[in-house]
Amino acid sequence: MATGTDPQAGTAPAAGGAAPARGGVNHPSRAAIGARHLRPDRWWLAPAVTAAGLFAFVVYSTWRAFANDAYYAAPYVSPFYSPCIAENCVPMKGGADWEVFGAWWGLSPALLILIFPLGFRLTCYYYRKAYYRGFWASPPACAVAEPHAKYTGETRFPLILQNVHRYFFYFAVIVAGILTYDTALGFRDERGEWGHMGLGTLVLLANIALIWAYTLSCHSCRHIVGGRIRTFSKHPVRYRMWGWVSALNARHMLLAWASLISVAAADFYVYLVASGAFDDPRFF
Amino acid sequence: MSYDAHFRVWRGDASGGELADHTVAVNDGEVVLDVIHRLQATEATDLAVRWNCKAGKCGSCSAEINGRPRLMCMTRMSSLPPGETVTVTPMRAFPVVRDLVTDVSFNYAKAREVPAFVPPPGLAPGEYRMRQEDVGRSQEFRKCIECFLCQDTCHVVRDHEENKTAFAGPRFLMRVAELDMHPLDAAAETGLDRKRAAQEEHGLGYCNITKCCTEVCPEHIKITDNALIPLKERAVDRKYDPLVWLGSKIRRRGA
Amino acid sequence: MSRTARQDWDVVVVGAGGAGLRAAIEAREQGLRCAVICKSLFGKAHTVMAEGGIAASMGNVNEGDNWQVHFRDTMRGGKFLNHWRMAELHAREAPDRVWELETWGAVFDRTKDGKISQRNFGGHEYPRLAHVGDRTGLELIRTLQQKIVALQQEDLREHGDYEARLKVFQECTVTRLLKDGNRISGVFGYERESGRFFVIESPAVVLATGGIGKSFKVTSNSWEYTGDGHALALLAGASLINMEFVQFHPTGMVWPPSVKGILVTESVRGDGGVLRNSDGKRFMFDYVPDVFKEKYAESEAEGDRWYKDPDHNRRPPELLPRDEVARAINSEVKAGRGSPHGGVFLDISSRLPAEEIRRKLPSMHHQFKELADVDITAEPMEVGPTCHYVMGGVDVDPDTAAATGVPGLFAAGEVAGGMHGSNRLGGNSLSDLLVFGRRAGLHAARYATGLTGPGRPAVTDADVEAAEAEALRPFSAEGGGAGGAGGAEGAPGPAENPYTLHQELQQSMNDLVGIIRKGPEMTEALRRLALLRGRSRRAGVEGHRQFNPGWHLAIDLRNMLLVSECVARAALERTESRGGHTRDDHPAMDRRWRQVNLVCRLLAESDEADPLLGLIEVERRAMPPIRGDLLALFEKDELMKYLTDEELTAP
Repeated sequence: MATGTDPQAGTAPAAGGAAPARGGVNHPSRAAIGARHLRPDRWWLAPAVTAAGLFAFVVYSTWRAFANDAYYAAPYVSPFYSPCIAENCVPMKGGADWEVFGAWWGLSPALLILIFPLGFRLTCYYYRKAYYRGFWASPPACAVAEPHAKYTGETRFPLILQNVHRYFFYFAVIVAGILTYDTALGFRDERGEWGHMGLGTLVLLANIALIWAYTLSCHSCRHIVGGRIRTFSKHPVRYRMWGWVSALNARHMLLAWASLISVAAADFYVYLVASGAFDDPRFF
Repeated sequence: MSYDAHFRVWRGDASGGELADHTVAVNDGEVVLDVIHRLQATEATDLAVRWNCKAGKCGSCSAEINGRPRLMCMTRMSSLPPGETVTVTPMRAFPVVRDLVTDVSFNYAKAREVPAFVPPPGLAPGEYRMRQEDVGRSQEFRKCIECFLCQDTCHVVRDHEENKTAFAGPRFLMRVAELDMHPLDAAAETGLDRKRAAQEEHGLGYCNITKCCTEVCPEHIKITDNALIPLKERAVDRKYDPLVWLGSKIRRRGA
Repeated sequence: MSRTARQDWDVVVVGAGGAGLRAAIEAREQGLRCAVICKSLFGKAHTVMAEGGIAASMGNVNEGDNWQVHFRDTMRGGKFLNHWRMAELHAREAPDRVWELETWGAVFDRTKDGKISQRNFGGHEYPRLAHVGDRTGLELIRTLQQKIVALQQEDLREHGDYEARLKVFQECTVTRLLKDGNRISGVFGYERESGRFFVIESPAVVLATGGIGKSFKVTSNSWEYTGDGHALALLAGASLINMEFVQFHPTGMVWPPSVKGILVTESVRGDGGVLRNSDGKRFMFDYVPDVFKEKYAESEAEGDRWYKDPDHNRRPPELLPRDEVARAINSEVKAGRGSPHGGVFLDISSRLPAEEIRRKLPSMHHQFKELADVDITAEPMEVGPTCHYVMGGVDVDPDTAAATGVPGLFAAGEVAGGMHGSNRLGGNSLSDLLVFGRRAGLHAARYATGLTGPGRPAVTDADVEAAEAEALRPFSAEGGGAGGAGGAEGAPGPAENPYTLHQELQQSMNDLVGIIRKGPEMTEALRRLALLRGRSRRAGVEGHRQFNPGWHLAIDLRNMLLVSECVARAALERTESRGGHTRDDHPAMDRRWRQVNLVCRLLAESDEADPLLGLIEVERRAMPPIRGDLLALFEKDELMKYLTDEELTAP
């Protein structure tokens, strides 16, 4: 008889120990509806825009990362090239150009450091959603059947590596710290004298604010700050911090995009100034 | 104010079926369930549909309206594009029983696989003391009305029948999170590690956080951000985090 | 021999709401094998609709509270028609039942010091309702559901089977109780999904089927509330009491029409909401009855102070018992001072900050936003009375919940009568479910324990076949022309659409036996009920037995017609106004009527040939005198308003 946990007669998969038939919405037990989905709205728009946005960033950043040129215009350094840790970096006055990596590295120094923000964003819970949907169509949109015959999610290699998001968060904090230092240096002029401010300073300032907001709104951060605690009332300070991070976290998607655009914009600004295409307007 | 709407409603059972066309009167302020009831009372008296409270509190009238999982009682006709056909089908992740009724036994079976709340030893009834801030997270998850729309929309099982054995679905992973965040749950004292179970027994790793469960939740529970991701992070704590590992080593030595 | 599937269980619980699940847990913990049968999916019972809270005098917010005060409030709310022993047990045991829920995983809202928070409610002297926002019923049902799963997990460990000792048969309807002599021997029913019949043999049956609201047009009740348990008990030879008392909740939604009747929780008023008419006046100050004059504020200023300082001020009259508020709203609307859609205004937006409203009343905010496009943080709600609860029910023994006259039959929750007298206080329902659900489960288990082996009542094939034939009748109902065996059952005429019959029944009850009643109207109601009963025999359905809602409704009509007749007959008999029974032609409360319970029974011999003759007889029965120490809890002045002089002078 119907008990809720016994499958109803007729709906149960065939007995006999055979493996259940694969399939999704067209599985023989489900309502016989041929269409992969019945959504009349433009469900494809959001994943398409996401994919286009991410693709544009990948193209731009690849070009800039391999360019190995026009990334420093004193006192501004492009966030793509900081810290600069190969010997082939251009010297930056007091900047984060630590030649820890030696001389053997012949490629663009950006490649050495971009791994970290790239890894942070690649394993970010928001970006995962965005590219699983946008690039991998898994699923393309809610209640729209995905094209893959098999799905194991993040249970095995390589996607199980998404769990290292935490490590990247730790590195992202370090990188954000260095970019903060770079931004502070933006208050010196090209000769290293304090008391300067140009449009570039503001660009770096806006960028670092968004980078920090994005980094701190990270789900791993939310967890480390307070989410892992079971009894908040015993940790009032961490509870309050958790509340702040949670408020930021609710806007994680927005901050992910805003900081992605700002970091590209900051780089592009430095590129324009460094390549001489544009003169940094100076306020004082 | 009343107008005629065009409806396509799936009729059939496990052996097959099709979308049947109907033209039905719709009055001001009505929801999709009202229209289904009107169909039932007039041209299709044997149209099978589950419903109970008609106020969005019981989670019985789950179906798919224009291809999206929703509660029929909470979908106002005025929220649908005017003049366009409204398509109503049963939930497509579960076996169909008849018309709009599906066999949701999958969910009840999964509910049983989550070990229940373990009362703290040494605390008599009436002696429980918990602060509001400590119960807030569990309370959010307990708003769940078990409409199973999140289970229906989740592509892990919707698009892959074979995953049903290994994956509990958002609703029951959220239940694990609820218990793991309960300030007085004593599971750990009995040797039950809910975080490990989430990963190893309930298929947490299948979730790729694409957030459809959160999108469809009629109670607006932030399933992904507040339950599933924190649960993933808790699983990371015990398996992958170097600092947490180091911290626990040092503390153990110090103790 | 009938081919209907049979199973054997020790205790069967019909209904999986708060009372049913609590009974099942108790029976199982007594070591018996218990089956639960419910019409919906497990966890969807009407209990989820309860919003405000569970009344229990834990004294967490105001230490002055104790069971005696709760008892007093309950008796006052029911206008002293409550069975005093039930009210006493209820008030004494409610706190334990709430605390027990915590050990099963319930997560109530908390006070500052970490205890269960309690809120104010109509008719309760102190903040008394344990709650979770405004979704307490959901918390209750989910907690009980999860406790049942916990017990099943235990059984899996011990017996290798989740369902060894506790099994839920969901989406099944019971249509007959089966008996061996005068003792219960089991239940007969059908599975909604497949339409297949089944019999569960069991010496003890607990009815926990809830109420009868679906007999009324404007109601807060779900489709399940067709009075099944009431009718099953009647048909099995038990009696119903207090059926004339139907509670109309003062605040149901009135617009849009499709949601008319959906509940607006009393917590809105408990948390500061006020009622106003179209002139903007807080009219409740004009409707405080004499019996409550000393207990309620006389000015808006005093009422408003009470929220902050309840010890030195009296509560605002918006928090009078529900019957008073419902009648007042009804009068205002009739006097032409109603809101545009025929209700009055319930305003919380001008009383609390928006943020606090969203936090304290999240599901109300949600409900109005989604269903009526009204933002309750910015504008008032329109509300009006809606049929909410039936105080009447199966006549039971207060201590054991055993139905009078039918050994093996028990009843708890809304389907049982007596506890709430003529009017139930908000919050007393959920505690009633838990207190008497547990008692029904306990005593059903004890009764069944004594009936293992050959002494066990048996189910006869003849009874099963009769039940089958009754359930199948809608499929053979056909119009006079077409002929067919089924046509002979009822009066000749065309086949009837069960949905039409149901709508006519609801309209009749709403118009003629509704919130304000008159003698001639109720006589007319009885005439219409008789006609509907005749037509219901020809209620026919199309299609087959698999999940066929038309068929289900045709079967449920029998129950609704039976209980509607009880309500109308008892209401016609009681020539006074009290609690949930208001007579326009007898507007005053009469102390002599307080001593009388009206008892409904199925007529022994009903003349089937004359369908206009009723099936129900009503009989007067004296109330048992209230125990002295309980009477001593009241001031003499107050008792004089309710009790006759003879009662007061009795030793």
